[in-house]
Amino acid sequence: MDSITAIIFNTAFYVLMAAMALAFVRFIKGPTSADRVVAFDIMTIAGISVIVFISVIAQRVIYLDVAMVYALLSFLGVIAVARYLEGGL
Amino acid sequence: MQLIGAVISLLGAIIIFIGALGAFRMPDVYNRMQTGTKATTLGSMLAFLGVGIAVPGWIGKIVLLVLFIIITNPISSHALARAAHYSGIKLTEKSVRDNLEEDYPDEVDND
Amino acid sequence: MRKLKPGIILFIILFVLWIILAGTDRDELIIAGVSSLVISLLFASKAKALGNIHLSPKAICCAFMYLFVFLRELVKSTIDVAGRVLSPRLPINPGIVKVHTRLKSPLGRLILANSITLTPGTMTVETQGEYFYIHWIDIQTDDIETTTKAIVSIFEEYLEVIFG
Repeated sequence: MDSITAIIFNTAFYVLMAAMALAFVRFIKGPTSADRVVAFDIMTIAGISVIVFISVIAQRVIYLDVAMVYALLSFLGVIAVARYLEGGL
Repeated sequence: MQLIGAVISLLGAIIIFIGALGAFRMPDVYNRMQTGTKATTLGSMLAFLGVGIAVPGWIGKIVLLVLFIIITNPISSHALARAAHYSGIKLTEKSVRDNLEEDYPDEVDND
Repeated sequence: MRKLKPGIILFIILFVLWIILAGTDRDELIIAGVSSLVISLLFASKAKALGNIHLSPKAICCAFMYLFVFLRELVKSTIDVAGRVLSPRLPINPGIVKVHTRLKSPLGRLILANSITLTPGTMTVETQGEYFYIHWIDIQTDDIETTTKAIVSIFEEYLEVIFG
């Protein structure tokens, strides 16, 4: 991987970090629990993308499996919280 | 080729950032969901596909990851929106109307 | 054959998933995948939702057209919502509207609702019978027919061919 590509991927990494920070502000402020779950969801998606970028920066394919498992687990987490808010759990 | 993939990934990251900004600025939970969990869908798709273009050997797993995101993301945001509506979270003052509340007022508990 | 169709479609989808995840470099992995798929599909007699798909050439053509239309809408509405977020006045006009759909098959309705949810700006909150309740970020009209035309019709005309 040449240096320009690495620089662009690193920039994308920091942009995602900024997105996570914004979502974290919403996570702390959020007036209702649903707001917090939305913020958590954004942080998860940004986190999955961060893992994918790390896998391409570090050149290791095994991190993609980590991202995949994280995607499935976060889906289950959001569904569980939604069910709880609806009063079914 | 790697450069194109990297630029596409950067574009995806910027779209995710705009989604997070939307979730930060919007007035109520439904509008936050609109930008937060769904404007990020295209962002993450672009980010992953950019990596897939930059490293062509990984395209199988990347496509699988994009499929997971496409299938699970609408289901979780729908479930969350429905739960938020039934747990009585109000729409923002700027809202024009709420047909669901008009049609099924009994199912919303306002305590 | 009619009874076996959903099972066969499910088998092909799951087998492709397994090949992508496990790789093809060892024979044991493929044999183990096929045998465990056959065993699990023997018990999955309730998976009938995939049986309503029409597999005629016209339906397959429509599926590709649908994918294209969906991606175009996704890009268009993402740009629209991004413009709204970035503009300093935050020009939104939100609310929950009611639309109706002609689709009967459960899988077709699922895909329609998910497509509506995936395009930013519209989000399915509840489905009741033939009506969908949709949170829309920019309401333009009060009329149910016009709303249906604006949100549902672009996807519905293709899904109707695929799922009947």
